[in-house]
Amino acid sequence: MLKINLDFSGGAEVLFNNIKKRQLSLESEKKWTLRDFLQYMKENLLTERLELFIQGDSVRPGILVLVNDIDWELLGELDYEIKQNDNISFISTLHGG
Amino acid sequence: MPILCKAECGNKATLKRPKTADALCKNCFFNAFELEIHETITRSHLFKPGQRVAIAASGGKDSTVLAHVMKLLNEKFNYGLKLVLLSIDEGITGYRDDSLETVKQNRDDYEMELKILSYEELYGWTMDRIVEKIGRTNNCTFCGVFRRQALDRGAQLLKVDCVATGHNADDIAETVLMNILRGDTARLRRCTDIKTGGAENSIPRVKPLKYTYEKEIVMYAHFKKLVYFSTECIFAPNAYRGHARAFLKDLEKIRPSVIMDIIHSGEQLQIRESVKKPIRGICSNCGFVSSCQPCKACVLLEGLNRSLPKLGIGKRSKSEKMKAQQDLERQVILREKANLVKNDF
Ligand SMILES: [Zn+2]
Ligand SMILES: [Zn+2]
Repeated sequence: MLKINLDFSGGAEVLFNNIKKRQLSLESEKKWTLRDFLQYMKENLLTERLELFIQGDSVRPGILVLVNDIDWELLGELDYEIKQNDNISFISTLHGG
Repeated sequence: MPILCKAECGNKATLKRPKTADALCKNCFFNAFELEIHETITRSHLFKPGQRVAIAASGGKDSTVLAHVMKLLNEKFNYGLKLVLLSIDEGITGYRDDSLETVKQNRDDYEMELKILSYEELYGWTMDRIVEKIGRTNNCTFCGVFRRQALDRGAQLLKVDCVATGHNADDIAETVLMNILRGDTARLRRCTDIKTGGAENSIPRVKPLKYTYEKEIVMYAHFKKLVYFSTECIFAPNAYRGHARAFLKDLEKIRPSVIMDIIHSGEQLQIRESVKKPIRGICSNCGFVSSCQPCKACVLLEGLNRSLPKLGIGKRSKSEKMKAQQDLERQVILREKANLVKNDF
């Protein structure tokens, strides 16, 4: 199993049942890219309207994604391959001010 | 294979700056972020030594980062400022009361004086009660108009020389777009100004984060582990701004410089002299800055108190008619009462 930790903040948690932190185990027979994982989130974790989190096959602009505290823009974004014990953070910049 | 920090410090890069596309490590990002705000402050002469400056604090990401950075720069570069926090309590249960807890945390963390001013004490109405009265349309108008004036009133109470607000580059670009879409030339003229007000009786407002991207503010708060409040207001969020925001974020995805480009466009726009300009004066009723008589806050408040909440929402001529109509009805009722009294004898 591929174990990962997720955290949601900046208002992104509202889209996921208000849970800020969670652990997940993914089937590890196949490789998981962030693209695959977003699809998984869409089908299994998201509790609010889809368009508030997903746009096309990526996250909605204004939602920041970090893996192990590194900006996913430095990691190949959707093509990044998830590794054992990765910490994936989703931070909304769209809420409050 | 990790990407290394562009500043050649030897560390692993942790983020890509949207403004410059540079890959930087945490520390080099903190430095760049803080120094750019310092440059904005010095280049635009936002403050003078010895001034008392209020930071408009909502508990949200922008004002939390602003308070943090202002304290840091004030100490590092000896600005000689006395910083205080000013918060407005609109009286929205479950929203503002929670975010005020964050502001109180800022007060303790940064050892700054905090003044919380409520709509209740200023206007005699909380937003909860206003919404009860008028429903969920136009409530953002009331809230916005009252907040603008509340900051002026708070600044006066705190006897500060200026108020710093947390407007960031994305906010300003958004406002430029909205004002263009609405053809609001009066606001278009001043929405990119880094410093506004300051004329007779009005306390200047400054925007030290004018050139700071929202993404960087959020990243800064995240890496510095600053605690902020991020819940959306429970009363209808501003839908129009929401669309402008989504549009801007889509553009930013394709071309990150678009935010600075739009601000630049806003700054370069010139409006013909012949276009009517509102004259900023003082409200004859409450004494605060306004470009109309009486000011919008006073008109809205009169509407609430008269149970004519539409007053001040539409055209002025219509409002005058509504008031006249109500006065007339009241006179009729009074006269009828008087007649009743007469008939009793
Ligand atoms: Zn570095
Ligand atoms: Zn007034």
